[in-house]
Amino acid sequence: MPKDSGIGASTKRREDLRFLTGAGNYTDDINIHGQAHVHFLRADVAHATINGIDLADAEKMPGVLRIFTGADFEPVGGLPCGWQVTDKHGEPMQEPKHPIIAHGKIRHVGEIVAAVVAESLAQARDAAEVIGLNLTELPAVVDMKTAVADGTTKVHDDLTSNLCYDWGFVEENKDAVDEAIKNAAHVTTLELVNNRLVANPMEPRVAVGEYSRSDDMHTLHTTSQNPHVIRLLMGAFVLGIPEHKLRVVAPDVGGGFGTKIFHYAEEAFCTFAAKAVNRPVKWTSTRSEAFMSDAHGRDHVTKIELAMDADNNFTAIRTETYANMGAYLSTFAPSVPTWLHGTLMAGNYKTPLIYVNVKAVFTNTVPVDAYRGAGRPEATFQLERVIDMAARERGVDPIALRRQNFVTEFPYATPVAVEYDTGDYEATMAKLEEIADMGGFAARRAESEKNGKLRGLGVNCYIEACGIAPSNLVGQLGARAGLYDAATVRVNATGSISVMVGAHSHGQGHETSFPQVISEMIGIPEDQIDIVHGDTSKIPFGMGTYGSRSLAVCGSAMVRAAEKVINKAKKIAAHLLEASDADIELKDGQFSVAGTDKSVAWGDVTLAAYVPHNYPLEDIEPGLEETAFYDPANFTYPAGAYACEVEVDPDTGKVTIERFSAADDFGNIINPMIVSGQVHGGIAQGIGQALLENCAYDENGQLLSASYMDYTMPRADDLPFYSVDHSCQTPCTHNPLGVKGCGEAGAIGSPPSVVNAVIDALQSGGKNVAHIDMPLTPSRVWNAMNNA
Amino acid sequence: MYAFEIERPSTIADAVNALKGEDAQALGGGQTLIPTLKQRLAMPSKLVSLTDIGEMKGVCLGDGGEVCIGGATTHATVSKEAAAHYPALADLASHIGDPAVRNRGTIGGSLANNDPSACYPAAALGSGARIITNSREIAADDYFEGMFTTALDEGEVITEVRFPVPEKANYQKFLQPASRFALVGVFVAKYADGVRVAVTGASEEGVFRWTEAEEALSGNFDGGAVDGLSVSADGMISDLHGTSDYRAHLVKVMTKRAVAASS
Ligand SMILES: Cc1cc2nc3c(=O)[nH]c(=O)nc-3n(C[C@H](O)[C@H](O)[C@H](O)COP(=O)(O)OP(=O)(O)OC[C@H]3O[C@@H](n4cnc5c(N)ncnc54)[C@H](O)[C@@H]3O)c2cc1C
Repeated sequence: MPKDSGIGASTKRREDLRFLTGAGNYTDDINIHGQAHVHFLRADVAHATINGIDLADAEKMPGVLRIFTGADFEPVGGLPCGWQVTDKHGEPMQEPKHPIIAHGKIRHVGEIVAAVVAESLAQARDAAEVIGLNLTELPAVVDMKTAVADGTTKVHDDLTSNLCYDWGFVEENKDAVDEAIKNAAHVTTLELVNNRLVANPMEPRVAVGEYSRSDDMHTLHTTSQNPHVIRLLMGAFVLGIPEHKLRVVAPDVGGGFGTKIFHYAEEAFCTFAAKAVNRPVKWTSTRSEAFMSDAHGRDHVTKIELAMDADNNFTAIRTETYANMGAYLSTFAPSVPTWLHGTLMAGNYKTPLIYVNVKAVFTNTVPVDAYRGAGRPEATFQLERVIDMAARERGVDPIALRRQNFVTEFPYATPVAVEYDTGDYEATMAKLEEIADMGGFAARRAESEKNGKLRGLGVNCYIEACGIAPSNLVGQLGARAGLYDAATVRVNATGSISVMVGAHSHGQGHETSFPQVISEMIGIPEDQIDIVHGDTSKIPFGMGTYGSRSLAVCGSAMVRAAEKVINKAKKIAAHLLEASDADIELKDGQFSVAGTDKSVAWGDVTLAAYVPHNYPLEDIEPGLEETAFYDPANFTYPAGAYACEVEVDPDTGKVTIERFSAADDFGNIINPMIVSGQVHGGIAQGIGQALLENCAYDENGQLLSASYMDYTMPRADDLPFYSVDHSCQTPCTHNPLGVKGCGEAGAIGSPPSVVNAVIDALQSGGKNVAHIDMPLTPSRVWNAMNNA
Repeated sequence: MYAFEIERPSTIADAVNALKGEDAQALGGGQTLIPTLKQRLAMPSKLVSLTDIGEMKGVCLGDGGEVCIGGATTHATVSKEAAAHYPALADLASHIGDPAVRNRGTIGGSLANNDPSACYPAAALGSGARIITNSREIAADDYFEGMFTTALDEGEVITEVRFPVPEKANYQKFLQPASRFALVGVFVAKYADGVRVAVTGASEEGVFRWTEAEEALSGNFDGGAVDGLSVSADGMISDLHGTSDYRAHLVKVMTKRAVAASS
C-alpha cells in the first residue's frame, strides 16, 4: 500500500501552488523604494587591452547616477576561487586575479567593462552606448590544445602559461597503469569531446543590492543556490563586510542546475554600488547576457584507454583530459575536472589500476564550472562509451561485458580514492532489462527497418559521488570551505514546526519532502511543518544545494536537530506523565509510557515547553528549538543503469528517441514522485547534451550559440515518455535517512546510452561509425555515416 | 528598445502616407521587428502598425482562381482559411514558429523580411505568386533578391499576395533544431504548365528555384525523377547546424519527400 503521508509518500508538491499560479516571489519581483538600475557594458571582443575608457559623454546623459569601471574596484578584492587544486608535481594551481569589472584587459566576450547606474534601465543603457572604449585587440585563445602550446598568447600576463594545473591521479599508480596497458591483451582507445553547455535556468540571474546607512547593514537579494556561501565569499573575500552586517536572501529561484552556486561579479557589484550611490541597485540579466556571463558547463577534450586481459576483464584505465576553465576560475571550477571527475573513473567496475590526467586550461571564453552532475557526467560518458566500443571490438555483448566487470562486494575501495559503501549493480541492470523490454528489441528493430529506419539500443551504467562532502576530506583535497550543513527545528507552542534549513530549494521540492521526514519522526501531519530557507538572517547556516546533497547532508542535519527536539520533548512528557524519560515512547504524535495506557499529546508537551507552569525548570530550559550541524562521514554513491532506444533516419541523420528507461538505486526514498521528477528533468538535460545542446565559439572567441536561435534546448517533443524505476534500494550506510541523492543522476546517466544507441543503429545499417561527438545533430550523424 | 512613435492607420492610403516620414517603418506582427528593436539593432523614429487595416487582412479566392491573402493576415488565419483552397500553403503556415508567433506574425512581414530560412518565401516562389504592393505588382521571380533583400522600395507596403493554386503541392521543412526555422525547406508545386521547386534555408543567396528538378519533375512527377540530379554544395550555408554538403543533400531528400507527399 502506498503511504499517503510521511516517508515514502508521493505527497504533491506544496510549492507548486505558488509556482504554477504566478504567485512565486522571485528576485526580479523584488523592487525596493528608491531603487536604481544598473546596465553592464559588456565586452564584444574576446581579448583586448583596455587603453582607456571615456565616460565624459555618458556621465552627462539623463538619469545617470554614477558609472563604475575596473578602477573603482581596485580597493576591494576580486572574485575568490573556492578550491585549490595541487598539480602532479605538488605545486598549487595557477590562480589569476578575477576582477569584478575588467581592469586593464578584457578576457572574454561578455566580461563587464563598465557599469552604469541610472534612474531607469533605459537611461542606463542609453548612457552605456556613448561610453568611449579605447581597446587594442589581442589574438583570442580559444582552442585548448593551442592554448597550452609554446608561444601562444597568454590569457593572463602574470601567469607563466595558460595551464592552470596538470593534475595526475593517482600519480603513484601511473607507472603501474602504463605497464598494465603495455601488457594488455586488448586496449580500446577513444578520443572524444564532452561538449560545452549553458545551463539556461528558466529564471535568469538577478541581483538587488541594498544598504542601510543607519545600521551599516548590507542586503543582497540574489538568485542563488546557497546564500550563506555567497555571504561568506562576498563578505570575507570581495567587499570586506563582516557577516553580521551582510544579509543574503535568495527567495524563490527558478532553477539553478549548478550555475547559481557561484559567486558572480554582478552580485558583488550591486552590493558595492548600493552603498556607493546610497540607493538600492538592481540588475536583471537578459537571456543574451546569461549566455555570456553565466558559468558554462563541461567542455572537456579527452582520450581514454581501457585495457583488458584475454578474458575481457578490465585491467587498467588511463585517461588524459583537457578541461576548459574559461578566462577566470569560477568558484568551484578547479574541483570539477579533478575531484568530481577523477574519483569516479572506476565507475561500477572493479578495474584495479586507474590513472587520470587532467590539464586545466585558460582560454578567452566564459568561465566554466559545475553544471548538473559536474565532472561525474564527463567521467561516466567516457567510461561508458569506451566500454561499449570495447564490446564491439571484442565482439561481446555490451551488457555482459559490464556485468562481468561489476563491483559486487561492498564496501569497495576503488583505486581512485573513494570507497563505495553500498550498491547492487546487478540488481539495477536486471531491473533495466525488465523495464526496457530488451527482449522485444529485435522485433522493434525489424519494424523500424521495414519503415526505412535504423534502430539502435544503447545501455550504460553510472555511479556518482553525492552528498558533498566530508569536510576534512575535501579540505585535504583543496576545498577552501567545509561542506557540512545545518538545520534548526523550531517547535512552536501549539506544536507546529518551522524548520530552518541550509539547503536551498529551487525546483527540488524541499518544502514538501523535508516536512515528510519530520512528520514521520513525530507523527504529526505534514501541514503542521514548514520549511524556511534562502535567507541568511533566518537560517542558522548552510552550504546550500548542489551535488545532490540537500537531503543527504542538510536532511541529516534536520534529522539530528529533530532527534534533539524529540529527546527534550520526551523529558517534558516524562515530567507530565510522572514517569522516567527512558520509558517514554513517541508514536503518532503521542508520548506514552511504555507498557501503560498513560499518554500525552505532542501539542500538550510543546505547549508546556512554552507555558512552563508544570515544568521541570530546574532540569531543562523552557522552549523547544534545536539546531544541528551535520558533516557527512563519506560521499553517497547513487548508481544505476540506463537504456535508450533510438531510430535514425538514414536519409537525414535525424535521431529520434523512441524509448528511454532508467533503473536507479538512490537508497531510501522520501517522496517517489519528486524523485521521478528529478530523474525526468535530469534525463531531459542529458538527452539535451547528447543530441541538441552545443555552446560553440569561433576562432575569435565570439560566441556562436548566443541565443535560442542557435542554442538548442530540449523541448517536450524531443523527448520520449520515460520509464523510470527506483525500486532497487541499497540504503546509504552512513547517514541517518539512508538516502543517497537523486538530483543529478538523470543528467549523468543518460548521455552515454543515447550515443551508444545511435552507434548501434548505424552499425546495424552497415555503417562503420565508431564514435560521433555530442551533440549528435542530424548533420553530424549524416556526415559520419557518409564519411564512414 | 529606443523610443519611437506609433501610428495605427486603418487604411492602406493612410499607412503609406505615414510611412513617408523619415525613419518610419511598417510594423506587421512584430515577430521579427520587435526582437530586433529590443536588441537595439534598429532605431525607427516611427512605427506604422498594419494590423488595424481591414483591407489588408483575410483570405479570399480571386477571379482567376488564385488564393489572395491580405498582407497583414496572420499565419494562424492562413492556416485556417486557406486550408480548403490551398492545403499545402495552409499547412506551411501552420508549422511556422509556435502558436504565439502564428497568431501575430503576418505573411507580408515574412515576405518583406525575406529571412533566408523562412517558410513563406518558398511558398511564394514555389507557387509563382504575385506580390501586390500599394504601388505595383511584383512577380515572385523578380521579388527575392538575396537574404534579407527584396525588390520592395522604401515605404512600400505588401498589401496582398496572390497564389495561383496548383494541382498538387507540398512543403517539406527540415527543422533547424534550435530556431525551428527551416534548415532546409522545399516547396514543390505541380501546375498544368510545369512543376516549380523552391528551396529555402539552404543557400547563402536566400530562397531559390531548383530548376533542374523542376525540369525533371515536369516530365515525370515522381521523386525518382530527381535521383540522377545532384545539388552543388557551393554557396550553401554552412553553420553550427549543418554543413553545406549536408544542406545540399537535404535539398534533394526534401524535394523527393515533397513530391511523394504532394496532394
Ligand atoms: C519564435 C519564432 C519562431 C519563428 N519561426 C518561424 C518559422 O518557422 N518559419 C518562418 O518562416 N518564420 C518564422 N518566424 C518568423 C515569423 O514568421 C515572423 O512573423 C515573420 O518573419 C515576420 O512577420 P511579422 O508580421 O511579425 O513582421 P514584423 O516583425 O512586424 O516585420 C518584419 C519586417 O517586415 C516589414 N513589414 C511588415 N509587414 C510588412 C508589409 N505588409 N509590407 C512591407 N513590409 C512589412 C517590417 O517593417 C519589418 O522590416 C518565427 C519567429 C519567431 C519569433
